[in-house]
Amino acid sequence: MQRLEFLLRRLGTSLFVLIGVSVITFFLARVVPSNAAALYIGPKARAEDIERVTKQLGLDKPLPVQYAIYMQELLRGDLGTSISTKRPITEELAGRIPATLELLFSGMFIAILIGVPLGVLSARWQGKPVDVAVRVLSIVGVSMPAFFLGLIFQIVFFRNLDILPLAGRVDGDLRFSNPLTEITNFILLDSFLTGNWVTLKDAFLHLILPSLTLAAYPIGLIARMTRAAMLEVFEQDYIRTARAYGIRQYVVTYLYALKNAISPTLTVIGLTFAFALTGTFFVEILFNWPGLGLFTVRSLLNLDYPAIMGMTLFGATGYVLMNLIVDLLQAWIDPRVILD
Amino acid sequence: MTATTPTLQTSETVNARTTRHALSVILRDPLSFASTVIIALFIFMALFAYQIAPYPEEGEGKTHASNTLLPPSADHWFGTDKLGRDILSRVIMGARPALIIPIGVVLFAVLIGAPLGALAGYKGGWLDEVIMRITDLFLAFPSLLLAMAIASALGRGLDKAALALIVSWWPWYTRIARGVTISLKERYFVEAAQAIGVSDAVIIFRHILPNTISPILVQATVDLGTVILAMGGLAFLGLGTQPPSPDWGLMVSDGRTYILDQWWIATFPGIAIFIVVLAFNLIGDTLRDIFDPRQYK
Repeated sequence: MQRLEFLLRRLGTSLFVLIGVSVITFFLARVVPSNAAALYIGPKARAEDIERVTKQLGLDKPLPVQYAIYMQELLRGDLGTSISTKRPITEELAGRIPATLELLFSGMFIAILIGVPLGVLSARWQGKPVDVAVRVLSIVGVSMPAFFLGLIFQIVFFRNLDILPLAGRVDGDLRFSNPLTEITNFILLDSFLTGNWVTLKDAFLHLILPSLTLAAYPIGLIARMTRAAMLEVFEQDYIRTARAYGIRQYVVTYLYALKNAISPTLTVIGLTFAFALTGTFFVEILFNWPGLGLFTVRSLLNLDYPAIMGMTLFGATGYVLMNLIVDLLQAWIDPRVILD
Repeated sequence: MTATTPTLQTSETVNARTTRHALSVILRDPLSFASTVIIALFIFMALFAYQIAPYPEEGEGKTHASNTLLPPSADHWFGTDKLGRDILSRVIMGARPALIIPIGVVLFAVLIGAPLGALAGYKGGWLDEVIMRITDLFLAFPSLLLAMAIASALGRGLDKAALALIVSWWPWYTRIARGVTISLKERYFVEAAQAIGVSDAVIIFRHILPNTISPILVQATVDLGTVILAMGGLAFLGLGTQPPSPDWGLMVSDGRTYILDQWWIATFPGIAIFIVVLAFNLIGDTLRDIFDPRQYK
């Protein structure tokens, strides 16, 4: 019963926040610009176009009416039409989601895989050289601009060592020698499902540098938070008891302590998704990765206003849902959360 | 911080003591001390950029057609860019948008956020509810994404990027100020002020806000690194400083095309961002270990 109540309350908050997000985006899209209609047509707006779009967007109507129209379109899944490509923004975004998710997931996967153990090691050997090394590494990780780290990787691994590709999702020539059957648009998955091993290997190599660039910041954050959470758990009486019983240190660390440090770490992982999401913008430009970020940045350059606003709403929605998932996961791992 | 504060102290002495404590901790920790010196040097450089830069006109954007894409040398320590401008000069002059503006951004975010948080925490009830739900909405956006959207709604430019960052950052300080205020509200000095009929406004501004300064200052220092990165990111995307003005993020973006042959164009401004952010994060880390402002959230 308490669980159901928690779930409903949490869903209610998310719904409220989503509505608020739509209001803020509405203000940014329609109210803040001095001439929203001109922005919606782009740099070459003519007077009659402006008049037409003003009517079409309902910019001459009172604000609440405008918002109602805006919401109606949103609920129909209509985010407007891109100025530069003339295609519906929903379509533009949908086609690019797999590329970005592939990057985002592999980046976060690396970040968790490296960050959590580093944090645990650091806490386990607090004050020792390992701890110092991890703390330096995590501070460097959160201090390095992604748009600069990616460039360094390209210089080192492409120009100097020549062992990894410079940019893109897959080598262009492979499209002719080993054409890929598109099923999900996740290249790794598609090439695996169709047994296209040449493409699989190539796509994997292309993914390494962008994922590492994206992972640097989250690694730093996750390692730091895991360390803090572990140190806090080490203070608890039950850990002291376990040690007093003579239970071996690695069992205490990995079985008893880590289990209770996971919950705060999970919060941070949820938070880092936000950083990673905006991080993909920089990574995608640097590595010419055909995802949402590259589309957004091109829209920024082309003053493609509807596309920018569509992406803002989409990104915030994704972030709200991500936070919801993290909270529910946390309640599932640690039922005490429900009581708060 | 609250644990060490005796209940009957006046607001002023509490605050002066915490600030002094923070300063002494920073000065004793070698890494934090080095970071403070580095930041002081960069701020000095930003303030006197025109006097320090070897080629101040080029730093501001004057092109020099016969000197394009020169590698680092005695004349041009950091080399020159595609328009023949001295990169060292541009890195020095770029410190202003990249470092001074973010400091201003955090300052304004605190000035907006802290009083709202103190008001929400002190008054409670529906006012608290309204203010906090509004902060929730702003925090529902990944901050850089919101800043990008606002910056593009306002049009391009350094001032607009700064405004966009202020709008996306103030809610953090509202949260902290509210948390501190709630814990202060029960203290004797607040109750005493209420008892002798001091008005709410005076209590909030004279007695509560000064006490929220320390944890907020700590959080602001911790945040500065992130704000500098965000500012650099906006400039990199073309939403901040506009060419030909110098800016580190913009210079990295310009140098990207030449990265395989003329590595120096993007590398030096990139290193500048890294060093400044690293310095702020090192100080922030030391401060956070002692004060942990997040405990008030």
